[in-house]
Amino acid sequence: MRPGTSGLQLNEKLIFDHSDPGRKGYSLPRLDVPAAVLPEGLVRAEVEGFPEVSEVDVVRHFTRLSSWNYGVDSGFYPLGSCTMKYNPKVNEKAARIDGFANCHPYTPQSLSQGALALMYDLQAALAEISGFSAVTLQPAAGAHGELAGMLMIRAWHEAKGNRRTKVLIPDTAHGTNPATAALCGYDVVPIESKGAGVLTAETVAEFMDDDVAALMVTNPNTLGLFESDIKKICDIVHEGGGLVYCDGANLNALMGIARPGDMGIDVMHFNLHKTFSTPHGGGGPGAGPVGVTAELEPFMPTPVIAREGDAYTLQFDLPQSVGRLRSFYGNFGIMVRAWAYILTMGAAGLKRASEMAVLNANYIRARLEPVYDLPHRHRSLHEVVFSDKDLAGDCHTLDVAKRLIDYGFHPPTIYFPLVVKGAIMIEPTETESMEILDEFCDAMLAIAEEAKNSPELLHEAPRLTRIKRLDETTAARQPCLCWLPEE
Amino acid sequence: MRYIPHTEEDVRQMLATIGVDSIEDLFEEVPDDLRLGREMELPEPLSESELVRQLQELAGQNATSSGYLSFLGGGAYNHFIPAVIDQLISRSEFYTAYTPYQPEISQGTLQAVFEYQTLICQLTGMDVSNASMYDGASACAEAVLMAARATRRKKVLLAGSLHPEYREAVETYCRYLEMELSQIPFGADGRLDEKALAAGLDDKTAALVVGYPNFFGVVEGLTSLAVTVHAAGALLVTAVPEPIALGLLKSPGECGADIVVGEGQSFGMPVSFGGPGVGFFAARQKTVRSMPGRLVGRTTDREGKDGFVLTLATREQHIRREKATSNICSNQGMCALMANMYLCLLGKKGIREVAEQNLAKAEYAKKALAALPGVALAFSGPTFNEFVMTVDGDLGRLLQELERQKVLAGVPMSRFRDDMPNSLLICVTEQHRRQDIDRLVDLMKGGTA
Repeated sequence: MRPGTSGLQLNEKLIFDHSDPGRKGYSLPRLDVPAAVLPEGLVRAEVEGFPEVSEVDVVRHFTRLSSWNYGVDSGFYPLGSCTMKYNPKVNEKAARIDGFANCHPYTPQSLSQGALALMYDLQAALAEISGFSAVTLQPAAGAHGELAGMLMIRAWHEAKGNRRTKVLIPDTAHGTNPATAALCGYDVVPIESKGAGVLTAETVAEFMDDDVAALMVTNPNTLGLFESDIKKICDIVHEGGGLVYCDGANLNALMGIARPGDMGIDVMHFNLHKTFSTPHGGGGPGAGPVGVTAELEPFMPTPVIAREGDAYTLQFDLPQSVGRLRSFYGNFGIMVRAWAYILTMGAAGLKRASEMAVLNANYIRARLEPVYDLPHRHRSLHEVVFSDKDLAGDCHTLDVAKRLIDYGFHPPTIYFPLVVKGAIMIEPTETESMEILDEFCDAMLAIAEEAKNSPELLHEAPRLTRIKRLDETTAARQPCLCWLPEE
Repeated sequence: MRYIPHTEEDVRQMLATIGVDSIEDLFEEVPDDLRLGREMELPEPLSESELVRQLQELAGQNATSSGYLSFLGGGAYNHFIPAVIDQLISRSEFYTAYTPYQPEISQGTLQAVFEYQTLICQLTGMDVSNASMYDGASACAEAVLMAARATRRKKVLLAGSLHPEYREAVETYCRYLEMELSQIPFGADGRLDEKALAAGLDDKTAALVVGYPNFFGVVEGLTSLAVTVHAAGALLVTAVPEPIALGLLKSPGECGADIVVGEGQSFGMPVSFGGPGVGFFAARQKTVRSMPGRLVGRTTDREGKDGFVLTLATREQHIRREKATSNICSNQGMCALMANMYLCLLGKKGIREVAEQNLAKAEYAKKALAALPGVALAFSGPTFNEFVMTVDGDLGRLLQELERQKVLAGVPMSRFRDDMPNSLLICVTEQHRRQDIDRLVDLMKGGTA
């Protein structure tokens, strides 16, 4: 059965259009102390434009909005490089336990040992999974972790008295990598993969010189391929006096199989909202812990969670630290969820997750390869990238993506990685069954047929959604970013 | 494993379709010498009931506002959270979705972000808000970078009264960007020393960053600061760690601020040991193209129906790569949604009333404490829901005594500054009843007598 169908959809106004003076959606206790006033000149008028709505208005409003979304709980969400696995419900419950949710970050350390212990144990588990000597949990997302990692790399060079200026980044990298290198004051030198799909040691050797501070890689890379030269590549960079940064977005392929720390990589960020099952929340919050080798440990952001005898402590005194990247200690609520996931899975469970993720990607590949162009022939790991080259009827990747919506699936990542023209990047994750994968593959194959016989079905897609394709050009040319009351 | 549906029969069939004999064969590209070759050393897996019990035990070691009378603030605040919020954000169509890359099936997230952007603009008095940043401190750092881009200047003045963790985040972000950061001292009233500001400003200054309220809870005279800063061609960046204050205080926009950032945790999120909250970021229309972060805009679909999309992506890392305005990608979407819900529930009247209650309760506490022998108010400037008290004698010992009585009296300033060894930052919100405040006063009286 095809999951996509049509049904009753409810329209919903902006919350501001519900506003009616005198309605309220809150209650406060009676004020039991004398009212106070601020000195004149400091006080504003009422917040102009703020809605006045009842509790029921708010509940219906957001319930209706939610029904216009597609989440992992709605169905298959094969968004490549995003690892949209199932978000376990018990983890949500765990993060809401009073002792976690309502513990203030400045609670004396003696009265927050449970929180500190959890962070300490999570650090240790991530270090074991990745093969690094230490882990900081402070970064709030993957890109924030990249920033932490690249700052540490720069601090390490500076401590040696080297001001190196360049960072090598393969063209298969996430867009965040070059932006991060620039934030650390580095010039970005792109390495073209020239259609090979993987980076060779020889190519890296060509680019390596005394001015290269680091190489940023992703392994498995954004084509879902394992960089099998990685050890040699790391050796070359190290011999040249540089360090290797790894984007850990694709760690879901490797848990219990191989560890980035053992490959010669010096720094890697994790995405707890990918590999470790925490929800993506429609755009965060995530968490982007960073693992480093012993050599880079002195440069970690402060504070560091340490253990002294039976007590867990926050260490602020790290003279070579790159400093603090945000307030407090990181997205603790996300750490609780990730820790709950690790405790549920155990070592064998995490390995099984990686194995089944890779099995699923290869299964999709095997089923779609006869019809969709597969630009790279190496064995796929957790994701597979096709192109739209073989599509008929002037249909392109975007059309396939939109048509998939009519079939009831979230589209894959499209037009990324940039090295594949018209890329269709599919990452199924381990939480999907063979039946779901078959439904999806059947849809993909049917769409390729439709492209031949009735391409308008693709060009006009999606047809079943409440909103059809949107005018993004006008949105960017005449931006309307804020509701304004009608004059 | 209940999260992985594969039966052994499924695996066999799938391997056959792929054309390999074993799972092991799928990893053939991973060289043998890189294989782990052993099981990872992790705790034994737990059943759901064991997991919940273990985590509850761990959580039980933490003091919270349920078991303790807490006056902790300093950037994370204990406000009442209406039941509606947790119910609504538990709708998994919201929390299990990714960033809204496919607008036709993400209109819920997109419209909610558009509403959030609007609410932040209204509250801050600014023209445009982004979809959110990680937190107040990193938003503050991004504001400094934006000010430098917008003015093409490299010198930034930070108020000495800025939240120290915000200052540290700014320092980290600027570490390798050849920026010049310096601090402007504060006066006996806890407000920025305007003479020192005038002396510090020059034609290389990109911005002044000032807290509103500042780290001491003191409300700065923002309007006059804006005039001085603008006269030097610099921008005024306002960092708001406690945005409930904006229900009552003149908006930074009205005072002349150019960029307003802050922490939105107070809007319906638990303190959660410091995160996740949400950084908000708002600016003037003319600088929208140098803003960091995601933006949602209103547009129409093929049939002319109103809808929403991510827009102005050419500022962002996935298009501009190393020339991007920021490397931020995932932000704090779910928390922005919570803020949206909270502000809608409170509305025009509620945000005012809750702010007035915070002010009234804090003033009541401030007066009563300042009347105690050996206790004095550290700064004379006006405050909102936090203030600094200086206590004669051994503050550390007093705090420990109060802890034994299950009272967390405040955040000792010695955590952040060597020059304030006997000072305590005390936060009072609408959550404190009169008898709670009286209890603190009584205990402090006993402790300092």
